[in-house]
Amino acid sequence: MPVLTYREALNQALREELERDPNVLLIGEDIGAFEGAYKVTAGLLSTFGPKRVRDTPIAEEGFVGAGVGAAMVGLRPVIEIMTINFILVAMDQIVNNAAKMHHMFGGAVSVPLVIRAPGGGGHQLAAQHSQSLEVWFAHVPGLKVLAPATPADAKGLLKTAIRDDNPVMFIENLALYNTRGEVPAGEHLVPIGRADVKRAGRDVTIVAHSRMTLLALEAAERLARDGISAEVVDLRSLRPLDRATVVASVRRTNRAVLVEEGWPTFGVTAELAATISSEAFDDLDAPVERVGGAEVPMPYAKVLERRAMPSVDDIVRAVYRTRGRA
Amino acid sequence: MELKARVPTHREVAFRPEDREELHRLYHQMLLIRRFEERVAEMYTRARVGGYTHLNIGEEATVVGSAAALEPTDYLINSYREHGHVLARGTDPGRVMAELFGKETGVVRGRGGSMHLFDLERRFLGGYAIVGSHLPLAVGVALAIDYRNGREVVMCAFGEGATNIGAFHESMNLAKLWRLPIVFLCTNNQYAMGAAVHQDSAVVEIYRKACAYDMRAQRVDGMDVLGVREACREAVRIARDERQPSFIEALSYRFRGHSMADPARYRTQEEVQAWVARDPVVTFRRRLEEADLIAAEEAELLADRVEREVNAAIDFAERSPDPDPVDLFADVYAGGGD
Ligand SMILES: Cc1ncc(C[n+]2csc(CCOP(=O)(O)OP(=O)(O)O)c2C)c(N)n1
Repeated sequence: MPVLTYREALNQALREELERDPNVLLIGEDIGAFEGAYKVTAGLLSTFGPKRVRDTPIAEEGFVGAGVGAAMVGLRPVIEIMTINFILVAMDQIVNNAAKMHHMFGGAVSVPLVIRAPGGGGHQLAAQHSQSLEVWFAHVPGLKVLAPATPADAKGLLKTAIRDDNPVMFIENLALYNTRGEVPAGEHLVPIGRADVKRAGRDVTIVAHSRMTLLALEAAERLARDGISAEVVDLRSLRPLDRATVVASVRRTNRAVLVEEGWPTFGVTAELAATISSEAFDDLDAPVERVGGAEVPMPYAKVLERRAMPSVDDIVRAVYRTRGRA
Repeated sequence: MELKARVPTHREVAFRPEDREELHRLYHQMLLIRRFEERVAEMYTRARVGGYTHLNIGEEATVVGSAAALEPTDYLINSYREHGHVLARGTDPGRVMAELFGKETGVVRGRGGSMHLFDLERRFLGGYAIVGSHLPLAVGVALAIDYRNGREVVMCAFGEGATNIGAFHESMNLAKLWRLPIVFLCTNNQYAMGAAVHQDSAVVEIYRKACAYDMRAQRVDGMDVLGVREACREAVRIARDERQPSFIEALSYRFRGHSMADPARYRTQEEVQAWVARDPVVTFRRRLEEADLIAAEEAELLADRVEREVNAAIDFAERSPDPDPVDLFADVYAGGGD
């Protein structure tokens, strides 16, 4: 199977979907000649032209709303937001318009729209460029929220998202773009709303999404050397959330460590902890452990930034806490 | 008293006798909207209609004149003050009233209410309750038309208060930059809730804001249905044939409060009376009479017909079933799921 970077996998998905369906178009700042701030759209302008790879001014509210409007009348726009931090000025269009319309208008209209945006920290970009805001969207009925961790899932989920008739938030992560993995060539579709057990194990369940899945896998590797068998569940989709896979895993391992890069307060791990406590309470041998980003605006200095982000060590320690050893 | 805002002097649009039928159609629509809204107000005080309810009373000429400039294939999108435009588009008043009553037979099956009417068949793309938020949507609809080399036009209606929010400026820029077939129709009813134009806008002649985007713009007398129609027709033609957006400010006045909950204490009776003296429905009827284009019996017949239509709408709404709570989770996602 071909090995691609996460970036190349996304690019392949976009290219294939642009080829497949003339209603698909890309909209975003500097996605044409500049090829995207992170080069995800490299080469697409020259193949598909400026009508289908449409550069926009710096007007996130305007062009996100335009994407919603175009989707209402049957196009399938894929919008790139340079980084998720800039999406805040377009929140109204996403939350009040895209997410609401199908229901608010009695099912008369749908919004087949994908909004791609990378989040995450680790590049010394400081407080305004390092956030993980996926839970803001996962909170909202009417939106779907995806956050793949591997190149194969990135390709398969993006293709599925583009074919979905609902607004889909597709959350990437800056630190994943250069990661590599096997990616099936051609038609490869990953269903929305299904978590994936990325590593099977018996003793503890580690649940993560996006880049934290890679850290969880590293932690599992390290734990294996200590004779601890950790299962890693990659959520892939935050809304719809595959609670069943998480609960089934915890019922087998009897321990859960929940990880997210963003602030854990009211976060993904909070939602999962609530689910586990109501659906697997009697199966737990230890309190649920959570690992998340430090609750501060991301600082610039390398030492501070490193300290503020979840690490493999943090995950390993959390696993040990579920076993009564800190 | 003098009117505070300057009403543009415009060329009187001459009547042509062969227009008789069309003129009656416009008058009928204006009367229908007036009567419909009066009865909505009554139904609101009787708690048949809930939520925020914003009326078009006083704005009928702008509503009807602008809608009359569109082809059935053109799109119309509006703010929450949209009852009139939906009726002018030809949507059954019974289904509109049923929506206000929150009934399953309403245009959006009781899910939207007064502020969120929608009729895809008649290309009415919705009422939106976040001020200015539907302007980017209009840009997107026009973008889709352009993408498909279509001949349709989008008319996007909003109040003057909406010209102070960022979405307005981003949309104006995008529309002009991308040469999209849009008509921005600003109904300047002179108040954004309690704020008079000069209290909220550094530029009080709203149409002048369009010059920041090098966009063709004009102010028209929003109390004159034919003047509004003519200005909109020209803007629609430019959008369709020249692929250029334009901006029209229709100077009007809302005779009632901002919404049913607003007693409008922030303005004087004199000011209100000065505008009511220019009542667009009364004025238009008088003009038709003076030109011998409507006979007294004809006008009476039209009024009777409107009365029957609105009564039937209320009857229909009353008799219609509520939505079934079993369907609470229906249509959150296209294709199902939650
Ligand atoms: C973004 C936003 N801010 C505030 C409000 C509350 N609000 C509703 S209508 C309105 C006034 C709008 O005035 P205008 O745009 O002139 O339209 P009109 O109601 O006169 O038709 C305000 C402030 C809102 N709905 N949305």
